[in-house]
This record gives sequence, structure tokens and C-alpha cells, in this order.
Amino acid sequence: MTDIAEFEAETAPETVKRGRVVQGLAWAVLLAAVLIAPAFLYPVFAMQLLCFALFAAAFNLLIGFTGLLSFGHAAFFGGAAYIAGHVIKVWGFPPILGILAGTVFAAALGWLVGMLAIRRQGIYFAMITLALAQIVYFFALQMPFTGGEDGLQGIPRGHLLGVIDLSQPLNMYYFVAAVFLIGFAVIYRVVHSPFGQVLQAIRENEPRALSLGYNVDRFKLLAFVLSAGLAGLAGSTKALVFQFASLTDAHWQMSGEVILMTLLGGMGTIFGPVVGAVIVVALQHMLSGIGSWVQVVIGGTFIACVLLFRRGIVGEIARMLKVGGWL
Amino acid sequence: MDPMIRLILAQGMLGLNNGVFYAMLSLGLAVIFGLLNVVNFAHGALYMLGAFLALILYSNLGPWLGIDALHIGFWPALVLAPLMVAAFGMLIERFLLRRLYKLDPIYSLLLTFGITLVLQGVFINFFNASGTPYPGMPDSLKGVVNLGFMMFPKYRLFVIVFSIIVCFGTWFIIERTHIGARLRAGTENPELVKAFGINVPLMVMLTFGFGTGLAGLAGVLAAPIYSVSPLMGANLIIVIFAVVVIGGMGSILGAVVTGFSLGLIEGITKVFYAPASNTVIFLLMVIVLLVRPQGLFGKHG
Repeated sequence: MTDIAEFEAETAPETVKRGRVVQGLAWAVLLAAVLIAPAFLYPVFAMQLLCFALFAAAFNLLIGFTGLLSFGHAAFFGGAAYIAGHVIKVWGFPPILGILAGTVFAAALGWLVGMLAIRRQGIYFAMITLALAQIVYFFALQMPFTGGEDGLQGIPRGHLLGVIDLSQPLNMYYFVAAVFLIGFAVIYRVVHSPFGQVLQAIRENEPRALSLGYNVDRFKLLAFVLSAGLAGLAGSTKALVFQFASLTDAHWQMSGEVILMTLLGGMGTIFGPVVGAVIVVALQHMLSGIGSWVQVVIGGTFIACVLLFRRGIVGEIARMLKVGGWL
Repeated sequence: MDPMIRLILAQGMLGLNNGVFYAMLSLGLAVIFGLLNVVNFAHGALYMLGAFLALILYSNLGPWLGIDALHIGFWPALVLAPLMVAAFGMLIERFLLRRLYKLDPIYSLLLTFGITLVLQGVFINFFNASGTPYPGMPDSLKGVVNLGFMMFPKYRLFVIVFSIIVCFGTWFIIERTHIGARLRAGTENPELVKAFGINVPLMVMLTFGFGTGLAGLAGVLAAPIYSVSPLMGANLIIVIFAVVVIGGMGSILGAVVTGFSLGLIEGITKVFYAPASNTVIFLLMVIVLLVRPQGLFGKHG
């Protein structure tokens, strides 16, 4: 993807300087937006945005930074929602432990799915993840504890650390905001670690990364587990926000939506998935009156992104500001 | 005859009937993938389109034209609908997919995924989402045949025989004729084939049309069996992907054999443990990935 001239332009001192400033600004805008969102939006809607933004950012860790297209991320998002919901509602565990359980479950499931899927490459990888996620979907449909078509309803929000009442919308909002920021910071940290650099090397040229002595499969698997776990964190949190875990979250269409969010915002950018998630979720809200035409709009956006707009919104902005890699 | 064997045979026949659709769809996917290196996600949606075109030709076209007595029946639809789907496929190839060949194949997968959503959304808007039965089954195929171990619907038997002929015909064209030789050469080395004066872009377009036409044909065949619904292709395409991973997309015959056998296995699973029949193909995919990751008929990893 990146050729030498582009690489030199990206690492030139003036670009680095500009990049730092622009990235600092982007962080400031993101933090400010997260902090003041409840003043402008319904808390539940704002929380929904944050959950999907985290989901898309977790997905981007794979497609954007490792070059693996998973078509089954709904399994981790939706599967974790059921586990978190069950642990909180039926076992009566506090919300944090429920979310943790969902996250660990998703990471473990990611390890299983990843083990199988990395045995094939490219387009097969996508098909295998899609098929494996369908098994999870059928489980969610048929197992007794998930409530089948009705979903798992009435998950209590409970108290954070036994003190803070999460049924208060604002308390819940800032809790979700903290979860989002922690998850997002972890992703940022991973991408900019030596580990993340190897992932990007695999994305750019897998045979070369292999010949340099990196155990490519292990790196891919670890990236997959991380991405699945963080997607599970997003899904568990969403279940607590809506007090509801449903089949929709585990359906392949959800796997498609998270791809669209990432593609629209900009694959392989830091802030792109957040922007993409906000746009897609807001679009679905605004168009909810036109019924299934929403699907046509989503599909059309997909086609337009792939044909005309492969860098995504943030990718295009980064190119215009000449700060590739910094946004 | 032992009732257990009778039950297995009966479910096997029904499974074989599903296998018809697995075989025809994975065959089309394999033909397209072979030449274009594109995994056509929209294959399921085009199968749905084929079924809907058959339904529309029979039930809706007359009233739309103001001629209530006009019903274009099954036999004409069996020719017309696949041709229309093929034409639609060729438009997709010519105006959309062609722009993506130089990029990573995941982009064409995503593009066809977008097309799937658009097609589904449109049909959900105009037709009953939970399905409409196809009323145009020809009288000559109504009724049942006695197979000795069960009474089998004549139409389903026709579908099995007809699709075996279609699959064999496709194999014959690709492996045993001049057109097929050019196609295979185009798969191996498009630049060289171009140098021999063959219009490769046209060949690619026609191949995509042929593959999607097969999906349309499968859709018409499915219409009298299943109810025609906007989502009929969506769930099928995921199973087809698993079939393709199991068989490997390398060979035409492999796709067909895998499709029919997996239908059979799925049917027989119903006898022993019905809840697993949804997932047995996916579980087999897992086993194949562990034991032979390149697929049963795959040539390379």
C-alpha cells in the first residue's frame, strides 16, 4: 500500500510536526465531544454511539492494521452481550464483572475462531469467519438461556462498585464514556506499540514479515483475540445500556454494519471508525421512519464507499492535510 | 424394509434436494472466482432475484400491463428469468466490479455485499418479507412418484435430475470445449490470452453473466419448493460459503460433488439429531479446516 516516496513524506520532520498538532487537536475534539455529548443528545443515543464507536475501532484493529477482513465480528459483539446479560441478570453479579465476563468470553471465542480462520488467507478468511459466526448465531437462537427470538430482556444496570446508581442516565453515560475511552486508548496503544508495528508489517507484506522471522500466525491470532475481546467489551456495555441482548447484535448484518462504519470512516486510521460509527448510527436513527429502505441506503453507501471513497472520511482528511498515519 | 433405513433414505432424498441448490450456487461461485478472483456475495441475492422474477412473470406482470389473464408460466420462466439475472449480473460486472480488479479482492466482496443489501431492501419493500408461494408449478410436474421407499414429489425429482444435467453441462463446457479452454487459459494467464487476440474483458463479463445466470436458474427451480422471500438468498449464501471452504474453489467438479454430498449429509443428520442439521455443514467446515485447510478439492493453500 505505502510506497517509499509516501513513506519518506510521512516521516519528514515537518510532517511529523504537523501530524502531532493535528492528532492532538483530534484527541481534544474527541474528548470534548465525549464529555459534553449528554448536553446535546439523549444519553441512551450518545451511549449507543460510544458502544458502536468502540466496536468499529476494535474491528479496525484487524482490517485496518493487520489487513484481515473478519465477516463475523457480530458473534463477538452479540455473544458477549448475552454472556454479560446472563451473568448480571441471572447470577446477580455486579455490572463490572458482567462486562468483564462478556469481554473474556468474546476473547476466548475470538481465540477459537481465529485459530481456525488464520489457516486460510484473504477472501477465504472472510468466508470462514462469516460461517463460524453463523454457528454462534444458531446457538444464540436455540440455546435456552438466550431467550431465542425474544432475546434476553430486563438486564438490571445495578450499582457501580456498589455505590454509583447506574439507572441514573448521566451516571450510566459517564461510565460508558470511561469504558469507551479506556478501550479506545488500549487500541491506540496497541497500534503504536512494537507489536502494532509488526501487525502493520504483516498487512503490508506478509511473506516479508515471515521471512524477517516473525511468527506471523501468532501475531495474527493475538490481534484477532484482542479485536474480538474489545468488540465483546463494546457488546457487553451495549447490553447494559439497553438492558437487552438480542439476536440482531449477533446477526451477520451487524458484521456488515461494522465493516461499513470502519470503511466509511477510514480503514487503518485512528479516528475513522469513531466517525464512521457516529454517521452510520445517526443515519439509521434519522431514516428509521422509512422502514426497510434503510437497508437500501446502507447498501448504497457501501457501494459508493468501495467505488469512490476507499480511504474513508478521515483518510481523505488526513490526505488533504498531508498527515497520513497521524489521524 | 427396515423403517430406519427407509427414514434415512427419505431424508437423504430431501437432503439431496437441498444439495441441488448448494451445488448449483457453489458451481457458479467457483466459475466466477476462477476467472475473476471475485467472491460474489450477491450470489444469494441473485438466486432470490431469479425466484422473484419467476413469481413476477407469473403473478404480477399481467396486472402491471393491464392484461389480467397473462401468466408467464414455469417453462418460459426457466429460460427468461436466468437470462434476465445474467443480464443484470453483466451490468454489475461491466459498470461496478470492473473498476476493482486491480485492488485487493476484499473490495469486490464488499461491493457485492452492498449490492446484496440493496436488492434485499428493495424486495422487502415491495413484497411480503415472510414469503409468497409460487403458484405456477406446471401440471405435468404435480403429483408424486413411488420410489419404493417413499412417495417423492415429481417436481423435486425433476429438479434433482435437471440440475445434475446442468452441472454436468457446465463441467463439460469448461473442461472439454474450446470456449472452456480459453476460459481456463484466461484464469492462468490473462495477459497471454489477450496477446492471442481474445477479448478478455468480454470473456470476463460473459463468465460473470453465466455464473449469475446459474444462480438465477437455481432461484427459478427453488420457487415452487420454498416460498419466494426477499431473505431466501441471505441465509443460503452463508451455507454456500461454508460449502466452498469445504470443497475448495479450485475445481468445478469439486464444487458440484461437495454441494450434493453436503445436502445429503445435512438431510441424514435430521434423522439422528435434528437440531444439529442447521450447523452440521459449518461443523464439517471446522473439521476440514483442521485436517485439510486447502479444502477437499483445493489445489493449494
